[in-house]
Amino acid sequence: MSVDVEATAAAKPASPPPSEGAARSASSQRALRKRERRFLHRDKWWGYALIAPAGLGLAVFYLWPVLQTLYFSFTEWGPFGGTSWIGLENYRTMLHDPEVWQSLGNSLIYTVLVLLGIPVSMVLAVLLNLKGMRGTGFYRTLYFLPVVTMPAAVAVVWRWLYNGDVGILNQALDAIGVDGTYWVSDPGVVRFAVAAVGVWMTVGYNMILLLAGLQGIPQDYYEAASLDGAGRVRQFFSVTLPLLSPTLFFTTVLSVIQSLQVFDLIYMILGANTSVGVTNPAYSEGQTIVMLFFQKSFYDNQRAYGAAIVCVLFVLIMALTALQFRLQKRWVHYD
Amino acid sequence: MRRRSLFAAAATTFGTTAFAAGCGSPPKPTTASSKGGAERGRITYGVWDVYQMPAMEKAAREFERTRPGVSVDVQLTPNATYWTKLRTACSGGSAPDVFWMNGPNFGLYADNGQLLPLETEGPEAILDPADFPPDLAKLYRWKGTQYGAPKDFDTVALWFNKELFDRAGVDHPDDSWTWQDLITSAQRLTDRRRGVYGVGAPVRAQENYYNSIPQAGGWVLSKDRTESGYADPQTLDGLQLWIDMIHRYRASPTLQQLTDTDATQMFQAGKLAMTYECSYNAAVFWADPALRGKVDVAPLPRGKRRASVIHGLANVVYARTPHPKLARDFVRFLSSRRGALLQAKGTAIPARNGTQQPWVDSMPKFDLKVHLDAVDYAVPYPISTNTAAWSHKELQLLSRAWSGDESLADVSRSLTKAMNQLLAQEGKA
Repeated sequence: MSVDVEATAAAKPASPPPSEGAARSASSQRALRKRERRFLHRDKWWGYALIAPAGLGLAVFYLWPVLQTLYFSFTEWGPFGGTSWIGLENYRTMLHDPEVWQSLGNSLIYTVLVLLGIPVSMVLAVLLNLKGMRGTGFYRTLYFLPVVTMPAAVAVVWRWLYNGDVGILNQALDAIGVDGTYWVSDPGVVRFAVAAVGVWMTVGYNMILLLAGLQGIPQDYYEAASLDGAGRVRQFFSVTLPLLSPTLFFTTVLSVIQSLQVFDLIYMILGANTSVGVTNPAYSEGQTIVMLFFQKSFYDNQRAYGAAIVCVLFVLIMALTALQFRLQKRWVHYD
Repeated sequence: MRRRSLFAAAATTFGTTAFAAGCGSPPKPTTASSKGGAERGRITYGVWDVYQMPAMEKAAREFERTRPGVSVDVQLTPNATYWTKLRTACSGGSAPDVFWMNGPNFGLYADNGQLLPLETEGPEAILDPADFPPDLAKLYRWKGTQYGAPKDFDTVALWFNKELFDRAGVDHPDDSWTWQDLITSAQRLTDRRRGVYGVGAPVRAQENYYNSIPQAGGWVLSKDRTESGYADPQTLDGLQLWIDMIHRYRASPTLQQLTDTDATQMFQAGKLAMTYECSYNAAVFWADPALRGKVDVAPLPRGKRRASVIHGLANVVYARTPHPKLARDFVRFLSSRRGALLQAKGTAIPARNGTQQPWVDSMPKFDLKVHLDAVDYAVPYPISTNTAAWSHKELQLLSRAWSGDESLADVSRSLTKAMNQLLAQEGKA
């Protein structure tokens, strides 16, 4: 979020505050500062008091469970409670568990594929930002609709669209003489099939963010650029892209975090919530790391092992986000 | 959730250690109620099937009528979240006083001391196992103690679409059918142009391979629950039937097709001529007016021998209930002839012997007697302490053989190894 705020702040011309200091005597200034300090001191406690409810909620419902999960990842946890400390055993098991590696790989592939949706969102945002475009409100709503739809509902609908025998996708392909496949049960295509839905679901959100970023770019820059003889394409790469980079950075960071945590959408597209369950022949190619966590914790009665899995995921997300913040210095411009 | 839960949670902190120590021996009821004065109070009854709700409510009201001052609150939790919620509630000490149990989950609850034993003898007896199909009563016995009172049961039979049979000019299945009849008829019924297949071969345990495995003379789990039967060549014969049905005889949709549309749905849509189904689906087919006149049921075709797996639910009492006596009385009532008959017209077959006829009569166009006759050659549903762990592996690995990605021999090796490992872990715990 802070990135976004900085971006808009950077776009505004900074004006120095008017100086009034000269008109005041030194003593009255000292008195003012003292009063200010006292006020600020009192204010501080007010501030803490006001954020206490939210802070308490965060501590009780978020921080505490996080710490507990971390603790449980070092234990063996009976199906009805009762834990015993086993140190790094769960993590050692993970190292030799092919299912962990495969689902971690699936999650990473999904993340990369969903990141490919950002250029798509970018193109859409630029198109919707063009002067004289008609029906922009309509298209904005259209692209944003999937974002406000429940992933479960999206999954059910797409499962039908992807149905190999009666799905509308294969019927359409049939009409143009192309043989479709069983999209959600073919191990070779399942990753692309679910990623396509993932892109479709996130494109609207990224588009709105990028649109806001585009509208924060002052028109003067474009005017100056065209005076210098820069064409549309040159303007895009020399003005739009650098000035949009903070927003782009923000959308990539968020996309990576959200994609690595994806669960319900893929779980339901694969049919894991139905009688089909894990018998989908493409299940191991589709299963994400969070799905594996869910399976281990709530079906196989290995909750401590599940805790270890999410701890690894947590560290992975932290590391990838930190890496992105490190790399941003090379491509993100704040002024 | 409920007012009791706070109190129970506080009590739990002190009670758990004592309880864990006394796991093996049946804990004594702690209520002070004297023998003469009937206990009053409110108990809860946890169920998961919305279709059976009316029958369960009726049973609860009936019980309340005979016991003034007692109320029963039937709580419905959808199947998808029932087990997760129940396990959490059990850990927190706030599970319903009486709740439904199934075979795959029973071992876990019984072995971890979450259930109260139910007397089977003497004046305080809750149930007499002789009143129920033997395999069913045995399913809810753990290390010599009865923990569950069978509520209903389901057997598996061959459901078929008469219309598709008549169109293909194939004789309807009957008592004499063997696997060979199943195969040849399924091939003749398959009409790819219309998208019609002879029989469904999904990776389903209870409906499909838990029947064909014993029919071929194989086994899933050893009697002492320590060894996997997936290395036995006869077990593999029972699996090969379904794989061949897809790849060799080409009389079933592929696993991919069955992933997109499950076998029961395909049968309902008239795209499958035959399907192995549990008895509880009879009510589903009956409820569909378009299907009611078109489908019927026959005994499962025999392999080397006749077999049909039997499974059923049981009513169990939560170990930490504040009303152990009342809860057990309610279970006794549910297991009585009257309690059984109250649910006889529902979706499930009542477990108590001699109360099944109303279920058969409630759907007169179907030859439902075959589901009852199956009890005579029934085999018990295979369970161990942590059934869920290995049955998950079972489904996952077997589907590789079904899809043709791996040979059955390879799958058999990895499944046997994985299952034996999980079973060994149970033994340690």
